[in-house]
Amino acid sequence: MIAGRLDRVGAYVVLSAFSLLAIYPVLSILFLALHRKTDLVTGFAFPTRIDMSSFEAAWTEGRFSTGFKSSFIVAATVTVVSAVLSIGTGYAFGTMRFLGDRIVFPVILLGIIFPYEATVIPLYYDFQNVPLLHLNLLNTYWALILPQIGQSVAFGTFWMRAFFRSTPRSLIEAARIDGATSFGVLWRVLLPQARPAVMTMSVLVFTYTWNEFLLALVLVSGSESHQTAPLGLSFFAGAARAGDPTKVAAAAVLVAAPILVVYLFLQRHFVRGMLAGAIKE
Amino acid sequence: MTEAGSAARPSGYIRSAARRRRLRRRIATGRAPGDPRNIAWLYVLPGLAFYGLFTLAPLVHTVYYSLFSWDGLTEKAYVGLANYSEAFRDHALRSSFVHSGVLILFYAVLPVLLGLLLTAALTRNPVRGFRFFRTVLFLPQLIAGVVIAQAWTWIYDNTGPLNRLLELVGLGSLVRPWLGDFTWALPSIGVIGTWVTFGLCMVLFVAGVQKIPTSLYDAARVDGAGAVREFLAVTLPGLRNEILVAFVLTTINALRSFDIVYNTTAGGPGGTTLVPSMYMYQNAFLYNKVGYAAAVATVLAVTIFVLAAIVLRVGDRDESS
Repeated sequence: MIAGRLDRVGAYVVLSAFSLLAIYPVLSILFLALHRKTDLVTGFAFPTRIDMSSFEAAWTEGRFSTGFKSSFIVAATVTVVSAVLSIGTGYAFGTMRFLGDRIVFPVILLGIIFPYEATVIPLYYDFQNVPLLHLNLLNTYWALILPQIGQSVAFGTFWMRAFFRSTPRSLIEAARIDGATSFGVLWRVLLPQARPAVMTMSVLVFTYTWNEFLLALVLVSGSESHQTAPLGLSFFAGAARAGDPTKVAAAAVLVAAPILVVYLFLQRHFVRGMLAGAIKE
Repeated sequence: MTEAGSAARPSGYIRSAARRRRLRRRIATGRAPGDPRNIAWLYVLPGLAFYGLFTLAPLVHTVYYSLFSWDGLTEKAYVGLANYSEAFRDHALRSSFVHSGVLILFYAVLPVLLGLLLTAALTRNPVRGFRFFRTVLFLPQLIAGVVIAQAWTWIYDNTGPLNRLLELVGLGSLVRPWLGDFTWALPSIGVIGTWVTFGLCMVLFVAGVQKIPTSLYDAARVDGAGAVREFLAVTLPGLRNEILVAFVLTTINALRSFDIVYNTTAGGPGGTTLVPSMYMYQNAFLYNKVGYAAAVATVLAVTIFVLAAIVLRVGDRDESS
């Protein structure tokens, strides 16, 4: 009994210690951000009073109202469009058999593994002069939205297929016997049940898109008004860190904040999505 | 729509019996369920178009560019595989892959070991309130690489928390600007990776343990197995899939690692933290060696693909034997 209790206490000590390690870097930058430059912060920087002036300065000097606007436009568009497209592809791969399905699905799965690093060079040159259309999409939202829809559809197809495969066949059969079309089955029978799965997918795609950096760096650094929040942070940090680290810290907290707030409310979706997504692969 | 008409035919019962047989056979052969219906293409095409145009085509295009010598402005010159033979002899590229190997230790091996250790500590007894801890341990996963880089740049700073801690515990001789140190910059970036992934590994493993039948644990205890034997004989084999998945995910992360490297050291000091993705970026957008950068990108993508395939294949083979 005593050994058991010791075990249990030990487990909590271990868990608490590692949780502290997981949260400390986040807290440390928050602590730094709650100071101002003249505090000349060193070491652990526990804040003795709450000073929000660094946040105000970072927000205006780093032009984060523009960065947030760009990030919201890009992330929201990518999330909605890729969700609609993935529901379609997932429905087809999960409930139907068709000519070529065993070739096309693995090809789509490749998109989950291959990184943006392997696509960004042609994207940069092809968006400057889109073949056939002769448009220049570089430094526009399209340059960020289109490739990220492509990559999100790869994950979304995999995710929604797994969901549609897990719904009971009898449900679909019954609807069909009642005379429902394939779209009717999807819209009236399957989608109402799919809401949590779609939610999880959307939360993950939004997060990945919000956090994306390499595409933004390559495809929109030329236009200040299209820079995303992470790209703005990277530029701001490069310019301001030597002068005032508290401002850079505040900017970093601002960029992370929207996702952290969503995480507080929807953490189940994050954990479930990342775990299930990982295991089903 | 034709299938609506056919579903309404009165021979539904017989058809469904036949269908059930087919379904059973399909489950046995691992095929996707459903009737052969080419209307499926209507649902697949829009998504496939985006994926094909903006992911697959650029991927193929990268390979194509890698066969040219090109500065991005003037005419391309076809050079065959010359970029690859240059890559093969390029010391900077080779050392960037060595750096990736070191990062794999920190991003993949260490978090998996740490995750297993923590799981072992937790599974002897049910832990109440694990969901709270899970929330915290998962947090690093969600934060943008650029933000993580800012947080750790401060931690490693000359006057930052890490050096302050070292002074406090009497190790003041170790104080240094960690990310600017030729020896310590790479391991310092590695530790960031460990921090990002260990929580994911751990939550993954703890969730996996919950799927291991308790009868296995009971049997082990009846046989008088101690904590170590129990872990080796029951927990570890039961977590095979989770461990494989964790290795694939974290190894891919280690090989990419662009955001954090770019925003902490940008490959410095003196190229000691140069990784393939960073090298690709430099060649393509700073040195104007676009064809060569495409070759580096291709080598990186193939490496990632082969590693993922090997790990998953090894897992499959073990399972079937």
